[in-house]
Amino acid sequence: MEFFERFAIPHPSIAIYASMVAAGLTMIAVIAGLTYFKKWGYLWREWITTVDHKRIGIMYLISALLMLFRGGVDAIMMRAQLAVPENKLLDAQHYNEIFTTHGVVMILFMAMPFIIFFMNFVVPLQIGARDVAFPRLNALSFWLFFMGAMLFNISFMVGGSPDAGWTSYFPLADGESVGSHYYMIAIQIAGIGTLMTGINFITTILKMRAPGMTLMKMPMFTWASLITSVIIVFAFPVLTVALAMGTMDLLFGTQFFTLDNGGMAMLWANLFWVWGHPEVYILILPAFGIYSEIISTFSRRNLYGYKSMVGSMVLISLLSFVVWAHHFFTMGQGAFANSIFSITTMAIAVPTGVKIFNWLLTLWKGKIEFTTPMLYSTLFIPLFTLGGVTGVMLAMSAADYQYHNTMFLVAHFHNVIIPGVVFAMLAGLTFYWPKMFGFMLNEKIGKWTAWLLSIGFLLAFMPMYVTGLDGQARRMYTYSESTGFGPLNMVSFIGAAIMAVGFVLIVYNIYYSVRYASRDISADPWDARTLEWATHTPVPEYNFAITPEVASSEALWDVKKKDHVLFKGDYEKIHMPNNSGVPFIMSCIFFAWGFSLVFSLWIPAIITTIGIFVCMTLRSFEKDHGHYISVKEIEDTESELRGA
Amino acid sequence: MKIDHSLPLEYSTEENRLKIFGFWIFLGAEIMLFATLFASYFTLYNRTGSGPNGAEIFHITPVLLETILLLTSSFTIGLGVHAMRLGRQKAMMGFFVVTLLLGLAFLGVEIFEFVTYVHEGAGLQTSAFTSILLTTLGTHGAHVTVGLFWGLYILIQVKRDGLTPETGNKSFIFSLYWHFLDVVWIFIFSFIYLKGMM
Ligand code: HEM
Ligand SMILES: [Cu+2]
Repeated sequence: MEFFERFAIPHPSIAIYASMVAAGLTMIAVIAGLTYFKKWGYLWREWITTVDHKRIGIMYLISALLMLFRGGVDAIMMRAQLAVPENKLLDAQHYNEIFTTHGVVMILFMAMPFIIFFMNFVVPLQIGARDVAFPRLNALSFWLFFMGAMLFNISFMVGGSPDAGWTSYFPLADGESVGSHYYMIAIQIAGIGTLMTGINFITTILKMRAPGMTLMKMPMFTWASLITSVIIVFAFPVLTVALAMGTMDLLFGTQFFTLDNGGMAMLWANLFWVWGHPEVYILILPAFGIYSEIISTFSRRNLYGYKSMVGSMVLISLLSFVVWAHHFFTMGQGAFANSIFSITTMAIAVPTGVKIFNWLLTLWKGKIEFTTPMLYSTLFIPLFTLGGVTGVMLAMSAADYQYHNTMFLVAHFHNVIIPGVVFAMLAGLTFYWPKMFGFMLNEKIGKWTAWLLSIGFLLAFMPMYVTGLDGQARRMYTYSESTGFGPLNMVSFIGAAIMAVGFVLIVYNIYYSVRYASRDISADPWDARTLEWATHTPVPEYNFAITPEVASSEALWDVKKKDHVLFKGDYEKIHMPNNSGVPFIMSCIFFAWGFSLVFSLWIPAIITTIGIFVCMTLRSFEKDHGHYISVKEIEDTESELRGA
Repeated sequence: MKIDHSLPLEYSTEENRLKIFGFWIFLGAEIMLFATLFASYFTLYNRTGSGPNGAEIFHITPVLLETILLLTSSFTIGLGVHAMRLGRQKAMMGFFVVTLLLGLAFLGVEIFEFVTYVHEGAGLQTSAFTSILLTTLGTHGAHVTVGLFWGLYILIQVKRDGLTPETGNKSFIFSLYWHFLDVVWIFIFSFIYLKGMM
């Protein structure tokens, strides 16, 4: 029995038991459903073993949406707890656990997969490629991410959640429960997957573009993905090392971040933010890319200032590596260092501002059409700018002594992440939905959602600027009546509830559109400009029957306006990669490995380590040359898709 | 698969070219990984707590031996790749075997070195300095270990299939990896050992 005690949760509550039951029932329902409808084979053949970038993309999307709701429930619980002073809904420990998992889940397991979904689904189509450079690696990336996310998500039911914040500063991140073990190991597994995604997409974008597509003729989203991938490749190894050191401190008693024997807790803070700040730009740059596509599509004109758009992204990516200390101005590195980091931080606002003006100038004289994606994009511009301005306020190191670790900071980063990243994801989701599934999402519900989310956002976060300046600290589970923070926190709660309604509306919209939306849409329903709209809907396995030839960054628009011919020549047989179960199996072993380490179960840890190497060995010896799609098959598929 | 005979074997197909390019990007990530370890080392190297410092535990003999072994192995793998391009399978395999044996010897000396450190009271848990020292060296050593297995697998495949675009490509990529480990070692040698002994 003693053995099993370690899996118990140290700090149980009704809510946790209820979620355990819910999770268990869901599992049973899924398994029963799959068995009853005899879908196991389909699931294995078409999804689990797939190496197709479009399907992997959709799996990223589903995971991201699931995580959005997990993180959203955390958020609502926090706001409910703070809605009134001295509330007893959650105690301090639960509150700590919830803000920790909320942050990690939202940034690493919601926003990251969401942008990687776009990269997967859109980039190969946008550059006229058949797939990514390393399809098998792509599948491994996804499954590692997925298993990392799952490992993190079971923490609150098995052994206990991490409770030291998404930044997990030492010595707060101690070994008191296994929570911090989960943090270190789960993020490590997912992070390795993300790193490989970065490598994969740099290679894909640099080496697999359609003939004629020079670097300066790449669509803006592809540029954003390229730069993001470069940031990933340079930033994620820092996280890998930091997490490995943290893991060793917790499991093997090393002295990296400890308080004696020379350990240095600030080293963790530095390493974390050397990764962490670039990470926020990993999220926002693809979002910028999506806005660029949408704004130019629905202004019915080309993107203003293409070159300065690219230049500003390059500049942002460089600057993002030299600002990390702005996250701990108050931790005593001295006035000189603080001033340097203040200036570099403020400098980021310049290229960001350039982009804002370029979007505005694209709208200027455009024939604007307010579809749902465009509505999100036009709401993004003013709301995000507000967040940028408060960012510059925070960047002033002397003033930051007032703002740091208050609700003001919380308001700032939600102000950039929600209108910046989340709106981009929802805009992009609405935009690419018809390409993925062959029908449009309902526009009316979509617009309602956009407005609800914007109003909810303003109500939820604007009050925090005020209470933050008044001194309400972040990460505090309650406050006293006499502070006077009560009413504004109630407003925040109402805002959060409105946002929750908005997110539920998205689900309803999907349901509604699945049932009622017309299936009779063209392959280019938005009258768009780039290559991804030049192939059929649904997109065939091989993407393009004939590799397109391109003459500008708006290849499809050239077809429409300049009689450009994309597809020249005859069908040739197409080489495609084979499906494989190894990425999934290997990632399952990684899950077991992570779980064993979390609970210091050394024998299973050794066995699973060997298992991982066995998978790699098998891969080395495997002879897999892919397969060919014959000209006959291409002809059949094409005529069927054209007919439909 | 289209094979372009005007290019060296390892570059001769589209897939091969992609793999080599992708591997260079991977090495970029590896550079960041080791750079982070070095940065942490420089932050922590004089935080020795109650444990020994570098000058007290570093011995020049094993370190020189390791350096010579690894540098030589980088040379022999270069010869191996050259032989591969000339299509001389036997010579290529010979050089790869020598490379791996040198790598194995390196690893042997490194393990001996680690055991000595622990005996001299410089274990993984002793101080921030020893933690980061052993982690940095250990990360490099782990890379060499993985390389030994990887190289062995490639040898078996060359034996099984001969020199094909595929095996040529694998051997070449492996040689990039091996050279990279050598470069990292040069940094370890200069900035950890020599600096520490001065
Ligand atoms: C003009 C651009 C920006 C500037 C000048 C800026 C500045 C800052 C500063 C100085 C802080 C630290 C404040 C403190 O801890 O007291 C901060 C925190 C933060 N920023 Fe920004 N920021 C900008 C844009 C962004 C963007 C685009 C994102 C994300 C998409 C973002 C996400 C965050 C996050 C997540 C934190 C808080 C992390 C934490 O402590 O938990 N920021 N920002
Ligand atoms: Cu930052």
